[in-house]
Amino acid sequence: MDKAERLALFQMWFSDTIPHNKALGLKVIDARRGFASMQLEWREEFVGNPETGVLAGGPLTAMLDGCCGMAVATMLKEPMPFATLDLRIDYAKPATPGKTVIAEAECYRITSSVAFTRAFAHHGDTKDPIAAAAGTFMLGTKGQVTQAQSIGAETKI
Amino acid sequence: MSALLERLAQVRKSGDVGRLAEAIPYARWMKIAPENGTGELLTRMRYHGDLIGNTFLPAIHGGTLGAMLEMAAIFHLLWETETETVPKIVNITVDYLRSARPVDVIASAKVTKQGRRMVNVFAEAWQDDRSKPVATANAHFLVKSSDDAPPSL
Repeated sequence: MDKAERLALFQMWFSDTIPHNKALGLKVIDARRGFASMQLEWREEFVGNPETGVLAGGPLTAMLDGCCGMAVATMLKEPMPFATLDLRIDYAKPATPGKTVIAEAECYRITSSVAFTRAFAHHGDTKDPIAAAAGTFMLGTKGQVTQAQSIGAETKI
Repeated sequence: MSALLERLAQVRKSGDVGRLAEAIPYARWMKIAPENGTGELLTRMRYHGDLIGNTFLPAIHGGTLGAMLEMAAIFHLLWETETETVPKIVNITVDYLRSARPVDVIASAKVTKQGRRMVNVFAEAWQDDRSKPVATANAHFLVKSSDDAPPSL
């Protein structure tokens, strides 16, 4: 499977078939083992302050949660249901109105029960973040495994 | 004065607290609005299909729960405290306790500590049973700050 095919699969299972990610228009731009990246286009309905056009925290929270989850999925050699246990977001500076936001997430440690992730959101310069996130995920939660949670095994990433 | 603070002044006169959300495009889009029918200020996120994060369970996307807890904290600060500025969020930590089913989510918030510049807020979200929260959050907000201070709202 080449990179374009792999990204198309990630786009399908992490955005097009997850209603909220699709509603945000999240686009998968990179995925490799332990790493995931997505982008969010600025839209009027994502604005928290109509006078400045600055994004609300919500779209960033949802994007960072999704991106951290995708980084976890790349680490799973066997498909397994998982769920966010906690998520911390530090809002470092306001997003610039009209500009695309990029999220990059890393899953830096995975155990039999828990996966640990970190992520940043920025406008293209990782050294100048809009937000930083730390998320932990509980592995082996109840329910059926989703295609998104099977992607590590499916792409052998 | 910002449109949101103007709206707050109108809402204080009319008592129609739900109209606070109309000044925030993201709150309108997400169908998140405050209500005080019970005498307590609560924030409701009305269920709609775009909130789903897991179609298999099905369950509401964790990011939307974080978003509505943040909005609940903001509405609480606007309504219950004598703020002269729109609170600016510094950070939020969300704990996910249960998967959220495809129905409305309701949240309450309370100030844990009010400082001169910084406020610490706790918020809690539930669905049908308030004693079984689906998520809780702690957040910090700057309530008086210079223009170059952080974040979003």
